[in-house]
Amino acid sequence: MNFNSIKAIYKFEMARALRTIMQSILAPVLSTSLYFVVFGAAIGSKISMIDTVSYGAFIIPGLVMLSVMTTSVNFAAFGIYLPKYNGSIFELMSAPISAYEIVIGYAGAAASKSILISILILLTSTIFVDFYIKHPLLMLLLLVITSITFSLFGFIIGIWATNFEKLQLIPLIIITPLVFLGGSFYSISMLPELWQLVTKLNPIFYIINGFRWSFFGTSDIDLFTSLSLIIIFLFICLAIIGLIFKTGYRIKG
Amino acid sequence: MISVKNLNKIYSDNFYALFNISLDIKQGEVFALLGPNGAGKTTLISSICGLIKQTSGEIKVSNFDTIKDYKKTRSLIGLVPQEFPLENYESVLNTVNFSRGLFGKKPDENHVKKVLQSLKLWNKKNSPIITLSGGMKRRVLIAKALSHNPKILFLDEPTSGVDIQLRKEMWEMILKLKRSGVTVILTTHYIKEAETIADRIGILNKGELILVENKENLINKFGEKTIIIEFGKKIDKIPKQIKAFDSFITDDNLCLIIKKLKNQKDINITNIMKVISELEIPIIDIKTEESSLEDIFLDIINEKMKSEF
Repeated sequence: MNFNSIKAIYKFEMARALRTIMQSILAPVLSTSLYFVVFGAAIGSKISMIDTVSYGAFIIPGLVMLSVMTTSVNFAAFGIYLPKYNGSIFELMSAPISAYEIVIGYAGAAASKSILISILILLTSTIFVDFYIKHPLLMLLLLVITSITFSLFGFIIGIWATNFEKLQLIPLIIITPLVFLGGSFYSISMLPELWQLVTKLNPIFYIINGFRWSFFGTSDIDLFTSLSLIIIFLFICLAIIGLIFKTGYRIKG
Repeated sequence: MISVKNLNKIYSDNFYALFNISLDIKQGEVFALLGPNGAGKTTLISSICGLIKQTSGEIKVSNFDTIKDYKKTRSLIGLVPQEFPLENYESVLNTVNFSRGLFGKKPDENHVKKVLQSLKLWNKKNSPIITLSGGMKRRVLIAKALSHNPKILFLDEPTSGVDIQLRKEMWEMILKLKRSGVTVILTTHYIKEAETIADRIGILNKGELILVENKENLINKFGEKTIIIEFGKKIDKIPKQIKAFDSFITDDNLCLIIKKLKNQKDINITNIMKVISELEIPIIDIKTEESSLEDIFLDIINEKMKSEF
């Protein structure tokens, strides 16, 4: 394992985030805080308890997941797309570094940034809502696995994208709607039967509810289903990345 | 140091970018790849550096295969590309440190400082790349390529778009690298560049390596010497003894032009003057001109094109 190379990529990507701290770190924290104000404090006060959990606390895992999924994808996609865009990917492709070392560097940095943002969001949420985390280690584990998996997915998008529009396309038209419709802001039991069925087709629903379970020990879905799904998605992403580097898809002539 | 055997690169539209290239580059030499646009120079470099996948053939660097032992071969190579593919908002120092780390080397402040100083970039170490001139950006790319002490340096059009002063400084730097044992392979459009710094020259045309020759041999083998004799009175015909060579009289009948290949031993100025003096026509001037590497390059490419039609 070429640790110096991985460290170089990781440090370079983290430095990019620090250079643009307002946009990279503070903006996602601020926008998620606004959700707490609007949904938690304003609308939440009109909604009754959900399984002994206040509505304000109920949406915290959903909002953290919304942030983790979108920022992981965006950071990783931009991380690998920018060298493609400005041509500096030549250096990466000519360096003595394996495909998986490259992925560890980029996805690791993207996951680190999104975990940092999640922790900041959790800390910020304590200002608005009283809540506790029943299984903190499990919560951390799920946070790490989800951020890594979605960073890998973002890496794939960054390789696939040939322009900035494509780079934003999947996060905007697929991930964000799926997260919003995946039970971030509501329990499945609050929906009509047909929409319950539709929601169950959404994979994000399972991931959010697994994460919610780690907070409150209760959710719409059991933990095992959630964990299995995220691990399957993780391996699918790894397999696609393996294929990308094997074939040189969009990175080698 | 580098061994290329039967290398082919065929793109999906059946375009042969490289056709059956075989080439050996010795350690410590400066090798110049010449060729018109689209000849395959960058493709050949990219194949050796691992930027593109060869269709067939074998490339070895320091006896290691560039596919099977890619980590070993790539750690020996530094590449300076043609364009300016740089992170514009990154500082010079950070981008050079990044390159060193990427090539698996631990941070070494002294080495990076030495490289930046040798390229006159040390006082710009904290400047964002976007603020630098084109010449400075070119030097940043060289600093990045040298940051991990490569044994082989590829320079793809290193002096395109740089002023004469900087070009000469780069030539100096290349020769200094050569003296320190680094093998340098460069592609260039400036034939003068190859003539000044290269030990050997390879000419690529339409993906084929049509010639590899030591620079001096190339000039001696293909170079021409032209002897121009200007007369005070009109000359009607070429003397019989000179007719055997490539010679002609200008339209105004006042000049006799004699061309000879440099390796033609059987005529020399003394013999020619002896024949001319027998004509008893006053001579105003005698000039000799030697063909440059550029003339030789153009002749070879033109000959190749003619033979294809």
